[in-house]
Amino acid sequence: MILSILAMAFREIRRHKMRSALTTLGIVIGVGSVVALVTVGEASSAKVRADMAAMGNNLLQVFPGSARRGPVRTLARPFQEEDALAIRREVGSLALVAPLATHSGVAVAGNSNHFTNVWGTTEDYVEARGFRIGRGRVFRDSEQGVAVCVLGNTVRDKLFGDRDPIGESVRIGSLSCQVIGTLQAKGANAWGSDQDDFILMPLRTVQRRLKGSRDVNSILVSVSRESAIPRVKSQIESLMRERRKIRPGQEADFFVHDMKEVAEAMQEVTGTMTALLGTIAAVSLLVGGIGIMNIMLVSVTERTREIGIRMAIGATAGEVLLQFLMEAVVLSLLGGLGGVLFGLAASLGMSAALGLPPVFVPWIIGVAFVFAAAVGVFFGFFPARKAAMLHPIEALRHE
Amino acid sequence: MTPLISLRKVCRVYGAGETAVWALRDVDLEIDEGDFVAIMGPSGSGKSTCMNILGCLDTPTSGTYRFRGIDVGSLDRTQRALLRRHAIGFVFQGFQLLGRTTALENVELPLIYQRVPKRERRRRAMEMLDAVGLAGREHHTPAELSGGQQQRVAIARALVTRPSLLLADEPTGNLDSARKFEILDLLLRMNRERGVTVVMVTHEPEMGEQAARRIVFRDGRVESDERLRPLEARTA
Repeated sequence: MILSILAMAFREIRRHKMRSALTTLGIVIGVGSVVALVTVGEASSAKVRADMAAMGNNLLQVFPGSARRGPVRTLARPFQEEDALAIRREVGSLALVAPLATHSGVAVAGNSNHFTNVWGTTEDYVEARGFRIGRGRVFRDSEQGVAVCVLGNTVRDKLFGDRDPIGESVRIGSLSCQVIGTLQAKGANAWGSDQDDFILMPLRTVQRRLKGSRDVNSILVSVSRESAIPRVKSQIESLMRERRKIRPGQEADFFVHDMKEVAEAMQEVTGTMTALLGTIAAVSLLVGGIGIMNIMLVSVTERTREIGIRMAIGATAGEVLLQFLMEAVVLSLLGGLGGVLFGLAASLGMSAALGLPPVFVPWIIGVAFVFAAAVGVFFGFFPARKAAMLHPIEALRHE
Repeated sequence: MTPLISLRKVCRVYGAGETAVWALRDVDLEIDEGDFVAIMGPSGSGKSTCMNILGCLDTPTSGTYRFRGIDVGSLDRTQRALLRRHAIGFVFQGFQLLGRTTALENVELPLIYQRVPKRERRRRAMEMLDAVGLAGREHHTPAELSGGQQQRVAIARALVTRPSLLLADEPTGNLDSARKFEILDLLLRMNRERGVTVVMVTHEPEMGEQAARRIVFRDGRVESDERLRPLEARTA
């Protein structure tokens, strides 16, 4: 019986191809946007996750904050190399600690020059940030103070192009240093900034020969396990408060930045976008559903005599209801099918345009069909009930 | 033997109070199985109302209608639908076939509701179309058939379920006189060969004369009830 009713539904839909296609358009768009949205959302989270992983694992970064001197806020005093050593000594679960002295200036090699950042650090930095060595090597602890440098991929490209930079010299201000290695490219991060635009030098070289001070501008800490991050973060905070002589209750003049939090904030932004677009999808499903209801009401009126005939022949009200409900559900499921195809195509296009990796989320197809069927049942019920409630005698007399 | 149909003091009132219209007043009527009854009378005399009640499409306001002893008034909508499905066939003045649907599919329709499997459905529908003289026309849609042929399809559809009662409401009303008698002959033959009880509403005297029994309605009452031919014992 169900099969016969299903066959009737398909037949009725085939009879009105144009009308059915237009009716399902709302569902196609609604389901399509749900599919596209979830797929693109998933692709962008995957991209953020990949970027975070590329940035380095379980990273904390300690920065000086601002300090209050009377009514004026000024940049707090920087760290010293001893601060980094103290962290390494006193906090457990650490993989690597790298102090960072930052400087910026124009790097010159031959006829090329490029404005970039110079980061004075230790060899731990390369590993903590997860950089891979392209050519040559990274400086060793014994080379602190020596004029050697390692080039980020962007700097290498700007200064040397296709030439081999190893052994060449690069001048920053009055300091001339020898290139001993290059790093492989990481590309842009989730914010779109270039992660390869820097020159690495030994910490002391930058301190003594570029900056002329013993300041450390930030400390990069890599935690051995992700689960230890909160504990490590609070231990660093209390250690630094103690070393910087900040009284309990007093505002700290530094902060510990958790890269994971940044990632989560990014995810949250994506989540908000998804929720917003999801609302739009829900509205188009609603409109699509109303479209189906509307066309089913028209269909019931048009087919009043047919309903009368069926009832006279012995169809029960329940069977008439089922027939019209089935038509609405088949219509919306066809819309759902169209929507899934449209959504997958759209998300492929959007991912390509946004430079996201193509992602396929299998469960969304199930969800799409459940949504479509639910819309069909919900909006098909009222017209179907109207058909079932018709009085056979009046229905037969209907012109 | 219980009569197939028994109406006792059946009234059907439309509306209420001052404007109430009494379509049927205290109608008592019994129809035995195998009979061929013509119901006649001027328009507004209550014959269509009576047909609707006999066909379980409508229920009496008061009085009782028993079909094979079953009190139809005590049945709900679904039970009445099931009674129609299994025991009653309808033929209408306007044919009432499904448009854009072939003759074969129209005849199969009641069997779908009876949940007859497809293969048997097809076989029985073909057989029935053959019996009404439409072999070879099974794939024509109503629009491709003449009025007389359409009514044959309707008769095939009404009888394919082997009902005990065939209700025909002005079955020849829309046809020219040659076709009228063909349809009447078909109904008479089905009554004779298949033993189906036929109740036919008509306003044409020459149609009514062919029936075995003629009942005339006037103002919602039975005005006359005469037997024209003896009710033949049903041949097994």
